[in-house]
Amino acid sequence: MSKLLEMRGISKSFYGTQALKDVNIQIEPGEIQAVCGENGAGKSTLMNIMTGILQPNEGEIIFEGEKLSNLDPRTAQEKGISIVHQELSLCPEVSVAENIFMGRVPEKRKGMVNFKQMRQEADKVLKRLNLDIDVRQPLGKLGISEQQMVEIAKALSINAKILILDEPTSSLTESESQILFDNLMRLKEEGIAIFFISHRLKEIFKICDSFTVLRDGVHVGDGRVEDVDPDDIVRMMVGRELDQAYPDRTTEVGQNILSVENISRKDEFENISFRVNEKEIVGLFGLIGAGRSEAMQTVFGINQPDSGRITLFGKDITANNTRENIDQGLIYITEDRKEQGLFLDMDLNANVVAADLEQVSQNSLIKKKKVKAIGEKFVEIMNTKYASLDQPVKSLSGGNQQKVLLAKWLAVDPRVLILDEPTRGIDVGAKFEIHTALRELSNNGHAVMFISSELPEILGLSDRILVMHQGKLVGELDADTATEEEVMMYASGRKNDFKN
Amino acid sequence: MENTQNSSILKKLFGLREASLALIIIAFAALLSFMAPGFLSTYNINTTLIGLSMDGILAVGMTLVLVVGGIDLSVGSVMAFANVLAGMTMVTLGLNIWLSVFISIALSVAIGFSISQFITKIKLSPFITTLSMMSIGRGLAYIITKGSPVSIGEISQTFDFIGGGKTFGIPNPGLILILLVIVMDFLMRNSKTFRKIYYVGSNEEAAKFSGINVNKTKIMVYILCSSLAGFAGILNLARFGVATPTVGTGAELRAIAGAVIGGASLTGGEGTVLGAFLGIILVALVNNALVLLGVSVYWQQLVVGLVLLSAVIIDMKVHGSK
Repeated sequence: MSKLLEMRGISKSFYGTQALKDVNIQIEPGEIQAVCGENGAGKSTLMNIMTGILQPNEGEIIFEGEKLSNLDPRTAQEKGISIVHQELSLCPEVSVAENIFMGRVPEKRKGMVNFKQMRQEADKVLKRLNLDIDVRQPLGKLGISEQQMVEIAKALSINAKILILDEPTSSLTESESQILFDNLMRLKEEGIAIFFISHRLKEIFKICDSFTVLRDGVHVGDGRVEDVDPDDIVRMMVGRELDQAYPDRTTEVGQNILSVENISRKDEFENISFRVNEKEIVGLFGLIGAGRSEAMQTVFGINQPDSGRITLFGKDITANNTRENIDQGLIYITEDRKEQGLFLDMDLNANVVAADLEQVSQNSLIKKKKVKAIGEKFVEIMNTKYASLDQPVKSLSGGNQQKVLLAKWLAVDPRVLILDEPTRGIDVGAKFEIHTALRELSNNGHAVMFISSELPEILGLSDRILVMHQGKLVGELDADTATEEEVMMYASGRKNDFKN
Repeated sequence: MENTQNSSILKKLFGLREASLALIIIAFAALLSFMAPGFLSTYNINTTLIGLSMDGILAVGMTLVLVVGGIDLSVGSVMAFANVLAGMTMVTLGLNIWLSVFISIALSVAIGFSISQFITKIKLSPFITTLSMMSIGRGLAYIITKGSPVSIGEISQTFDFIGGGKTFGIPNPGLILILLVIVMDFLMRNSKTFRKIYYVGSNEEAAKFSGINVNKTKIMVYILCSSLAGFAGILNLARFGVATPTVGTGAELRAIAGAVIGGASLTGGEGTVLGAFLGIILVALVNNALVLLGVSVYWQQLVVGLVLLSAVIIDMKVHGSK
C-alpha cells in the first residue's frame, strides 16, 4: 500500500534546545500507529509540526505524494490532517452542531446561519461514530467521553484523512475507552490513518498496528506491534532496563492509624468503612463515578459526612476541617493537579510550602530562608528535575509537576497519605519513582491509601485492595492473590462481599 | 519548550517591576523639571502629593482585592459615603467629631463585610456585587446630602491638622499614605495571613485543598479594601472640610489603573502594594505634567487611559500573555 504521509529527517530546536533530531515517521491509509515516548521526548513537537503549528528547521513532509513546504494549520486541516488534543478545545455553552462546524458554519445567504443544514450534517457525521445525541443541546451537557467523540466528529467533518489523538483515554473509563476503540476501528475500515499517543501500553497493543518510539527527540525504534512485547517498548522509551516494575510488598503491617466507620453522603457514597494501618499501602479501585474521590475528600474534611465516624489515632476527627486534619497528619493529594493541586503561576518554593505556612513562619511572619530550605529539601527528595526554584511550576513537565505536588504534601510531615490517581498521565520513569517513594514512606511507618483506575497499578503497588461500585464498598482483596478479572468483577457490580 | 537565556535576563530585570517603574518615574520627573520649571517647587510637589494620597489609599486596598482574584468597583462610592456620613452626622446631629468618624469607618467595614458575604456565600461575581454597591454607595451619599455639598466649618484643630497640616514638612495625607504603603507592603510580602491572599488568587481550589480558609481570606480582603476607602473619605473631609457627595467619582478606575500599572494581575495571584503606589505616582505625574504644560484638564482621563494601555501591553510582552 502506498504511504499517506511521510516525514523525513525532521529536526526542530527551540533557542538552542534540540527538541527533535532527524526524525522519520510514516503512515499508510487505515493504519493505527502508536507514538510512544516519555514526557518531553518530542511527541507533541512532532505532532505540532505535522499539523502546521510549528515549522521544522530541517526535513520534509510528503503528503499523498506531494511535498508540503511551509505547512500552516489551515492548510494542514484542509489537506485532512486533524488533531484531537488531550485537553478538549470546544465551547461548552454552544450547541453540539455549532461546535462541530466551528469556523465553517454553513450559510444561507447574506451571512445568515443555515441551522437546518448544519444540524443535518452534524447528525450525519455523528452517525458515522454510532452516536445518537441531540445536536441542538449545549455541548457542556454531554459527558467527557461524548465530548471527545464530538471533537473527533469535528475532525471527520473536515474530511480528515489523518487523525491524531493525544492521550485520548486519559479521562475515560474502561467502558468509555472501549467505545472509543470501536469507533477507531470503524474509522480504520474507512481508510483513515490514526496516530495514537498514549502512555498505556495495554491500549497500544490492543488497537495499534504499528509503533514509533521517540526518546529525547530522537527516533529510537519503530515496527509492527505483533513483533514486540510491551517490555521492548518500555525499554526503548526509557533507554534502560526496568529491573522491577513495582517495589516489594510490605512484610509486616503495623498498628491501625485511620479508621472510617459507615460514612455516608447523600447521592455520593453510602456506608463506607475501612481501616488503614501503619506500613501498609491500600489501593482503592473503582470505575469513574463510583464515588471514590468523593469519599476520600470527605475523609480529608473537604466535606462533612451526613453520618458515620472517622477516627485518627483513636481520636474522633469526623467534624474536622482540612486544616485540622493536615495539622494532625492526615492529607489528601488530589487527582487534579492543575485545578486543585498546584499554584501553576507560582514558583516551586511557594508551592511546596503552601499547605503548611506555619512551619516556615515565625511570629506570623514568613521567613524566606526557611521557605527556601524546605522547598529545596522536598523537591530534592522527590528527585524533581528543575532549572531554578524560582521558576513557575507550569514550566515543568507533567511528571515533575506531580513530583512537586507530592513534595508539597511530604513537607507537612504527614502520617496518613491519601493519594488520588497519583500517577495519572505521567511517563513510565516518573511513575516508577513515585511508586518507589510511596513504598518507602509506607516502610517508614506511614499509612498510605491510593485511588487508581489502572488495574496493573492497583495490583502491583497495593498490599490490600478495596473496590467501590456505585457509591458502595463491594470488596476487599489481598493483593497477593487478586487478579485483574476478579477486581473488575467487583468494580462492575457483578460481585459484592458486603451486601446488606 | 521555552528556554532562552537572553530573554530570561531581560525578564529578571523587568521582573523587578517596582525597579523599572521607579526608573520611569525618575526619568519622567527629570524630563518634567527640565520642561516645566514650576515642577520642582515645594508648592507643586505638595499639591501633587496631597492629590494622589486619596487615590493611593484606594489603590492599596484595590491591590489586595486584585491579588485575591476579585475587583472592587465600589471604592469611590464608599469613600463618598463615609465622607458625607461623617460630615452630616456632625453638622445635622451635632455628634462629636470622633464619634462621627468612628460610625463612618464602622459602616465602611460593614459594607466590606456585606460585599464579602455576597461573594463568598451567595457566590455572586465580585464585578456585579461591587458594581451594585458602587451605585448603592453613591446613591446613599446623594440621599444623605440631598445632592449638594455641606461645609462642616472648623470643628476640631486635630481633625484639621490631619487633613491640612504638615509633619517634617510633608503634608499629612501624603505621610499617612507613605506609612500605609510601608506597612501594607511589608505585610503582603511577609505576613503568613497576607501571603494566603496570593495563594487564593493564584488557584482558589488548590488553596482550599491545601487547608487554606478561602472564604476567611476573601472576607478579610474586602473588609480591608472598604475600610481603606472609608478612611480615604474621612481624610478628604479633614482636608477640605466639606461633605461632598461627588467625591471619589471615577476613583475606582484610577485605583485599578495604579494597581495594574504596578503589576497587579486582573486574574489574581500577582501584585504588590509598592507597585500600586508607584503606579499611582506615575498617573499623578502624568496629570501634573498636563497641568504644568498648560494642556486642558479635559485631556487627563484620555491620557491616563493611554498610560494604562501601554503599561498592560508592555507587561504582556515581558511576562507573556495573560
